[in-house]
Formats: sequence, C-alpha cells, structure tokens
Amino acid sequence: MTYLVRRLWQFVPTLLGVVLLVFFLFNWVGGDPAYLLAGKIANPQLIENIRRSLGVDQPYWVQLWIFIKQVLTADFGASWSTNERVSQIFATRLGPSLTVLVPLLLISTFIALAAAMLVAYYRGSLTDRAIMVGCTVGQSVSILVYILVLQYFLAYQLGWFPVQGWGATLGENLLRYAALPVLVGVVVSLAPDIRLYRSFFLDEIGQDYVRTARAKGLGEGRVLWVHVLRNAAIPVLTNVMTQIPGLLAGAFLIERFFSIPGIGREVILAVERSDFPVIKAVTIYVAVATMVINLAADLLYRALDPRVQLK
Amino acid sequence: MTLWALAAQRLRRDRVGLASAAIVLAFLLVAIASGAGLLARDWGQEVAVSYAPPGFAGASAEHPSEANVPQQDYGIADPLAVELAEIRATLSGAARTKTKATALAFGADKWGRDVLKKVIKGTETSLLVGLAAAALATFLGTLFGALAGYYGRWVDDLFNWLYSVFTSIPYLLLVLAVAAVLGQKGILAVILILGLTGWTGIFRLIRAEYLRHRVREYVLAADAVGASNARRMFAHILPNASHVVLVQLSLHVVLFIKSEVILSFLGFGVGVDTVSWGSMLAEAPSELILGMWWQIAAATAAMALAVTAFSLFTDAVRDALDPRLQ
Repeated sequence: MTYLVRRLWQFVPTLLGVVLLVFFLFNWVGGDPAYLLAGKIANPQLIENIRRSLGVDQPYWVQLWIFIKQVLTADFGASWSTNERVSQIFATRLGPSLTVLVPLLLISTFIALAAAMLVAYYRGSLTDRAIMVGCTVGQSVSILVYILVLQYFLAYQLGWFPVQGWGATLGENLLRYAALPVLVGVVVSLAPDIRLYRSFFLDEIGQDYVRTARAKGLGEGRVLWVHVLRNAAIPVLTNVMTQIPGLLAGAFLIERFFSIPGIGREVILAVERSDFPVIKAVTIYVAVATMVINLAADLLYRALDPRVQLK
Repeated sequence: MTLWALAAQRLRRDRVGLASAAIVLAFLLVAIASGAGLLARDWGQEVAVSYAPPGFAGASAEHPSEANVPQQDYGIADPLAVELAEIRATLSGAARTKTKATALAFGADKWGRDVLKKVIKGTETSLLVGLAAAALATFLGTLFGALAGYYGRWVDDLFNWLYSVFTSIPYLLLVLAVAAVLGQKGILAVILILGLTGWTGIFRLIRAEYLRHRVREYVLAADAVGASNARRMFAHILPNASHVVLVQLSLHVVLFIKSEVILSFLGFGVGVDTVSWGSMLAEAPSELILGMWWQIAAATAAMALAVTAFSLFTDAVRDALDPRLQ
C-alpha cells in the first residue's frame, strides 16, 4: 500500500515533465496558432480575436497555467477543425481501437509464444537458423508494405475481406471489418516477438532448474511448456504490457488504411490538420496510460512471482 | 591484442557478418555516388512513357503505350483537333528530340521517371537520414548517459526524469507531435525530429556502463594522477563503453530508416522534390489498384536488403565485440 502511494506520487514529476514538454512544443516551437487558424486570408482584427479567445496574448506562465488546468480537469476544449469536444472524440474513438487491439494482442502473443517455443526446442538446428533469418528479413520490410500488399491481395483481388470500412455493431465489426486489420497486425508483430521470446526462453533453458527437471526424467515438452514457460512469463508479460500504449496510438497506419474510426486515425488527421488540442490531449492521455500500465505490470509481477520485491 | 583487433579477428571468421558488411558497404557506396552526382543525377527526367512496365524495349512493340491509344470521342469530333496536332508537331519537332521508352528494365512511375534511378536516389536520402539521425541520437544519448552515470546524484535524477518523460510518450506519437508543430518538411527536419526524440534507449545503456565503470580501479587511478572529470569520462571510460555505442548506433540506423519511411509516407517527411523509399511507397496505393506493382516492389526490395544487411551486420559486430553473448 505504501508502495502504491509512493509510485502514484512519482507520477507527479513525470506528468509535469510531459506537460512542460508538450507546452514547450506547441506554444513555443509551434509558433502562433492564430495564423494557422485564421487561414490564408487573414486580417489583423481576426488574428487578434483568435489570439484573445485562445489566450495566447497572455504571458507564457498564464498560458502554462491554462494548460495545466486543462490537464487536471481533463477538458481540452474543442477540436480546431471540427469543433467537436476533445473528450467526446476520445470517448467515441476508443471502442473501435480496442476492437482491433484486444484480439490483435491476444492472437499475436499466443502464436509468437508457440512459435518461439518451437524454435527454442530446435535451438541451434537448421530450422532455428532458418526461422531466425526469416524473422530478420520479415522485420526489415516496412509495415506499410505488409498493409498495402495484404490489403491488395486478400481484400481487393481475392475479396475474402472488405477492403475497408466499419459497421455499427460489435459483432459485425469484430468478425467482418476487424478481421483483416488484426491479421495484418499479427503478421507484422510476429517476427520481432518470436525473436524476443526465443531469447527469453533460451535464457531460462540454461538455468539449473531445467537440468533438474530433465534429470528427474521429465519429457522435453513438459520442461519447456510448464517449467520454462512459467519462468519466462514475466519478461513476456512486460513486453505485452509495454506494447499496449504504443499500439493505442501506433496502430494508426492500420486504422488509416482500413478506415477504422479509432484513436490512431484521429491522431493522423489531427497532425494533418494541425489540430493542436487533439494532439496535446492524446499525448497527455497516452502518457498517463503508459505510467498506469507500467505500475500495473509491476503489481502483476508481484502477484505472479513472490520472489519479486517491490521497493 | 586490443579489444578491437580481437573483434576484427572474430568478425573475419563470421561469414554471414562479412557478407552483410559487403552489402552495407555497397549501399553506402551507391549512396555516396548518388550524392556526388555520379549516379542517378537525372532521376527527375521523363525518360519513359507514364507507367512504362518493366521489361526490355524490344518486347514493348506489342504493347502500345497509353499515350498512343486514341482517346474515345463518343462520336463528337474534337473542334480543336487540327490546331492541337499542329502545336504538338511544332513542340515535338523543336523541343523533343529524344523518344520516350515504352519499357524500362525496372519500369517507370506516373511521370515516366526511371524507377531504378528513383531507388538509387531514395537510397541516398534514406541512408543519409538514417545515419545522421542515428549519429545525433547516439551523441545525445552517450553524452546524457555519461553525465548521469558519472556524476550521479542530482545530475542523474535530472536526466532520469527527462528519460521517464520522453519514454512515457510512445515513440511514434512523439515523432508525429514534433512533426505537427515543426510543420515543415525536408531532410533536415526529419533528421532533427528522429534524432532529438530517439536518444532514450542509448542513454539507458550508457548510463549503466558508466555506473559500472566509474568505481573501477583504473578510473580511481586516473583520479589519483590528477585527470580531470572530463578526461576521466571521455578519455578513460568512454573507450570501454564504445562497443555499446557502436552497436546502438548501428541498431538506430535501422530504426530511423524505418521511421523515415513511415513519416515520408504520411507526408510529414522529406519534401516533394526529394525521393526516398517512403515517398516511393506513398505512390504505391494508387498504383497497386491499377496493377502497377514495380515501384512498390523496387522500393521494398531495396529497403529489405539494406535493413536486413544492416541488422545482420549489427548482430555480427555485437557478437564479435562481446563473445559472451552467443
């Protein structure tokens, strides 16, 4: 409990840093937003009005205070381009993002674990080397190419999936529209995950308890699937947990190509339109999510492995 | 024998490492030749008809190019046909002496530019961005890591705070946010965006190295003979951490080449007057629908080869420098 309080207390300086970084980027490097908003045909009166309504005519410390108040109340105002409330944007975009991300994470973790186990079983052999080289080559191809080629062949040429789109009900989305995006995501994440999990397994295979398990006559399958997998679960879990916040915003390419109305697509649109409130909000939200997830991961270790001491 | 001589010896025995080193070297040479204007200087020239397919000029006689196909006029005679034909004749007689190819070895893009030359020019851009951004990120990461690990206390706290701030924002989101505020395109902007945001991983590793080394006897001995802090940090400890720096530099080249492709694809990367693998891929969606596969194939092949070679080379260098990791 004291640990939890102390960890939550540590959020404060980090969050303050993120706020300062975002503020520095958007209010100082980004220049005067009034010129952006007023458009190409701007008169001084219009610019002055916009400046006053945004508060950018105030000194920097007042602007910073306005921004901190926005962060604390989680109210980032309205989008500059659509005038939709930013909180409303996120509330409606989270569902579609999760519809793709949750199956994607589950399926890719499961397949990568099984494949990595198989490779670890055949470690040092030709199969192992071939799969490892295949993973290196697979990783070197840009995610863009995977999306473009799979979308072209499986959806456009063969017609197995809809090319893009999004439906109204969860079931329809999950089975019909999310299928190909999830497949693309799994294919892309497989190569790096297999490499990583294989190295986790190989670290464990050299340990004494594995030799003991073999010595008492357990089959290699049982040694790997029960003893090694349990011990390798912690780094695997860390990897999965740390992927979540990045995926939330990082799936933007998939969401863009398949026209999924999720958070990632919203980020791209916001960057294209210089829609600063949306970008600021997503950066802060995702930073908070990252910190919370890291804390959750640490607590989960404790639950999984009593040897882990939380300081 | 020094660490480097031993590492070079081990590297020479590693055949995969040598082969990948040769490919990396070849890519670098192509990029340098292209930068010096020896190769692909005229990549922007319209040397072929629009979307000329890959193949050899002799075989293209059977496929009349799109430009020669008469347009459908739906039975309505073009009232300007005579004048236009005259204008076209004078134009082609005066200005165009060179005929446009109907097929190129690697095909052509929408504007009839040679895809092979675009790939060469794109190699130059992508490698330049990858190397320069990796150099910047490695420099920052090494400097911050050295300061934090060597001085400890509040310096360490400060840089750790900076680290946790930067890492609590997912990398690509941070890159996009910086791209949004910079609002300008170009090679320099991309290098700055990637380099200034990508130093965190290197910082972490270098800081750990310095924490390990600063209490070692050779550093204490250097202190005893009166070496300054800067001298101990950079003349004594840095050479012992330089293998980490080198491996990280190489790893980040790959990371930044991939990031540049995504940035340029989304239109936040290099400008329209520059060609990179990412900007070539950006033309691919509309081409694929029409069945023109050669540009995406060429860009993908070049990138896959370069990145695979760089990754394998990095692995080989790491294995050679640190034989305990096998």
